[in-house]
Formats: sequence, C-alpha cells, structure tokens
Amino acid sequence: MSSPTLPIENPATQQGDSSVDAVVFDNVSIAFEENVVLDRVSFHLPLGDTKALFGVAGSGKSTILKLAMGLTMPDSGRIFLLGQEVTSMKEQQLFALRRRVGIVFQESALFDSLRVRENVAYRMMEEHLSEEEIDRRVREVLRFVEMEQAIDMFPSELSGGMRRRVAIARAIVTQPEVLLYDSPTGGLDPVTSNTIVELIVKQRDVYKTSALMVTHRLQDAFTMATHEFRNEKMVALPKGQRSEVPMSFLLLRDGKIIFDGDLRELAASRDPYIREYIS
Amino acid sequence: MALQLEMISPFDVAKDAVKAIQDYSLLAAQSLSNFFRRPLYWGDLLQQADLIGVGSLPIVVLSGLSIGALLALNAASTLERFGGITLIGQLVSKSMVTELGPLITGLMVSGRNASGMASELGSMVVTEQIDAMRALGTDPSKKLVTPRIGATVFMLFFLTIISDLLGLFGGFAVAHLLFGLDSRQYWSNAWQTLVFRDVFMGLIKPVLFGFIIATIGCYYGMSTRGGTQGVGRSTTQAVVTSSVLILVVDFFVTKLIFALLGYR
Repeated sequence: MSSPTLPIENPATQQGDSSVDAVVFDNVSIAFEENVVLDRVSFHLPLGDTKALFGVAGSGKSTILKLAMGLTMPDSGRIFLLGQEVTSMKEQQLFALRRRVGIVFQESALFDSLRVRENVAYRMMEEHLSEEEIDRRVREVLRFVEMEQAIDMFPSELSGGMRRRVAIARAIVTQPEVLLYDSPTGGLDPVTSNTIVELIVKQRDVYKTSALMVTHRLQDAFTMATHEFRNEKMVALPKGQRSEVPMSFLLLRDGKIIFDGDLRELAASRDPYIREYIS
Repeated sequence: MALQLEMISPFDVAKDAVKAIQDYSLLAAQSLSNFFRRPLYWGDLLQQADLIGVGSLPIVVLSGLSIGALLALNAASTLERFGGITLIGQLVSKSMVTELGPLITGLMVSGRNASGMASELGSMVVTEQIDAMRALGTDPSKKLVTPRIGATVFMLFFLTIISDLLGLFGGFAVAHLLFGLDSRQYWSNAWQTLVFRDVFMGLIKPVLFGFIIATIGCYYGMSTRGGTQGVGRSTTQAVVTSSVLILVVDFFVTKLIFALLGYR
C-alpha cells in the first residue's frame, strides 16, 4: 500500500533549533529485531508548546517518548532534549537531564511497594529535601490532582483513574520543564478520562510546561486544543480562538510521520487516511 | 494440528550465550564499581540485609542442625565398626566448616533469595517500574542491585558461621545422646582438627556464593521479558543457575585452596 501524500513540510526544513526546543527528533530510526518501528522520523516540540501524538497501536508512539528520555536508544538519528543531545550521552549523564523532565507511563508505573506519598515524593527523597518541604509539596501536588485523601494508600488500593492521577502528581511535583504523557487516558471511562484531560490542560495553562502526549483518543486532544483552564475549571474557547499555549498534532503511520500541524490544518487535510482517522 | 518445530541455528544459540555472559559481567562489574560511587543507598542495604539475613535465619538454623546431626548419624555407624566413634567430632567439624556449612547455606539462601530477587526485579521490569526509576533520575543498578549484592555477601558470611556452629551442635547431640560420646572428647576433637586452611576455605566460600546468588538473581530479574510468564521463567532460571554455579565454584575453590595451601 502506498503512503498517503503528506501535508507536512519537508522534515529537514521543519527541523527546529535544538537550543530553544524542548524535544527534537532528527532522522530517528529504530527497529526491534526485523520490525521497523520508526523510519527516519523528524519533528520538534518548541519550548512551551504541547504536541499530541497519534497512531494506531504498535505505530511507535510510546517508543518516541522512551527515545526522548533516553530510556531506549535509536539505531540511527539524533535526539535532543532541552538542548542536550540524548543520543550522544551515557546513561550516567542522562540521569541529571531526566530530572528536568516528567513522564506519565501508560500503566502509571507506580512503585507498588511504596505508598502514594512516597511515590510522589520519590525524586525529592532522592535529593534529600527536608521532611517538611517534602510533605508540603506532596500535599500541594496531590491537592492539585485531587488525590490528597489517598496519601497513605498503596497503588494496589487505587482505581485505574486514581493511579493515573498519582502518576501525574509524581511527574509534575518537581515542576519539570517538559512533560511526556503516554496514553494518560487509556483504558479509563469517559468521565475519568475527562478529569485527566482537565488536569493536563490545567498543568499546561497554569505552569506552561512543554508537553508531548501520546493518545489513542482523538477527542482528548481535540478537547485540549479547544479548551483552556480558567477560573479553576476547564472551559471551551470561543469558536475560532486558539489556546494561549500552541497545540499541534502529529500522526504516525508505518513508522513515518504523515501529519504534523495544528487543529485547523488537521481538519482541512484531504488525505484519505487522515480523514478516516479523524472521522 | 501439525506441530511446528522452529529450527534454531547453533550460531544464534552461541551468540545469545555470549551476550548473556557479557550482560551478566557488565551488571556484576557495574554493581561492584557502584560501591565506590555516590550515592550509596545504606537504607536499602540494611533493609536487604534484614530480608536476606534475618529472613533466612530459620531455614539456615534448621538445615545446619539437620546436616550436622545426619552427618554424625551416618558416620557413626561406619566409625563404630572400626572403633573410631571418638572421631565423630573431627569428621563433623571438618565437613561442616570446609564444605557442608558453606554449601548447604549457599544453596538454601540461593533457593530463597535468588528467586526472590529475580521475581521482585522482574515484576518491576514488566510493569515499567525500572523505566520509571530511570526516568526519575535514579540508577537502578545503584538503588536495587548493589544493595542486594552487599547485603547477600555480608549476611551469607555470618549465616554460614551460624550454620557451621549449629551443625557441630547437631553432631554433638547425636554423638552424645545416641552414642554416649563424652562432650569434652567431642568438642576437643572438633576444635583441634581445624587448621587455618579449613577456616579460610570455609569463610571465603560464602563470600563467593553470596556474590553469585545476588548477581545471578539480579541479572535474571533485570533481563526479564514477556510479562508474568517471563517473571516465572526468570525466577526458575535464577535458582537453577545460581545453584549450579555454586556447586561448580565450590569444586574449583576447594581445588585451588588445596593446591595453594596444601592437602594436609
């Protein structure tokens, strides 16, 4: 099957300045055994922007997030995170860089032998902050995700949505410069999904954190593009008005990027695959 | 339904084996070098020492006593025929300190802890907790592997001493209660037969066995693939490999020490 015509500009010309971009992928390829997952993928996420990553299951969306953090290394190509070339760094050097980034894993990946408090406080405990400071910040962030009541619970005692909120709290507690979300609403009911999306919008609009979000649910990304967080709640933007924080969409197919643009460009796309995907 | 057999090339098998040895060596070397690099997770080391050392105490006490008693019981029937029942203390002491104490304790701790490490770390791998730890800026080899190695080596050393002593008591109980051997005769024989080489051999082995148990358990745990089934597979492989390695290393260490320090 031939690849659809691409509505994006040439990836080479689209390449951002790695010093002002949160994330830059430059001709990145990776294969697992014989299976090519990403084939010369290039895109950039400017600082302060939010980008939603779409694609069918197995299209390499989660791999992009792991590559961005240096948790997996590509077969070829270069990756920059906050101006530093992840692909040329050793694991020991990456630990310091990763502390500036937050990630929410698909299945939350909370430490099951630690309580919610210790999960959220993990990074601060590693940095040996005072007990009072840790307690204050943990309570503050758990209040932000409306989970303060679960502070002494273990992850196994929480529902899927609650675990996801604790994972968000753990990711944002140290105010990272970039946030990576891996299917934050995957497997959740519509009401809980909406709560999670509201939290992500809240984080985006209150703290202006750059974010790369993998999702299967188009409606979540559309909600993010058409809503903003104002007066302690998520409200719809007037028709035609864009969010204060730029939001873009990136669509993957067969290991390649077939679309990279904003909501208006996505809606105007004539590509049959994209039309089918968003319909 | 026709059974499909997948042909595996011997070259691929050899390549996988070499890669496994390379990965294991890297993990072991990195974990050792972590002892000289900050941060050192003393809290985790103490927690593991409690889990491995104190947790293994009942099984070590029981096995040490039983082996000592069984050794005395089996040896007595032969020694009695030659009128050498007084040599029970000598036999139990030599066997327990140089061989059976370290070996049985190593195998017991391997069965209990190599499996525990492999399953715990394996579960963390398949639920992305290891990736989460790396993403949070923590080196899993420092936080998880190094404390387990330190704790196992340290605790196995003392567990072996306890096992040796209890083996001697087990032997004494049988010799005294069943064969009427005088306690002074038993203990003086047991004590006097031991030379530096025996004690050295008996104390160097648990250090090596502890290292094998922890590194093998952690290696299989950290290289787990394939969900809960993979965790089960890692657990089994960890116990089998560490037990076999303990037996093999035991033979070569014994041979080496005999060669270096003499057979008498």
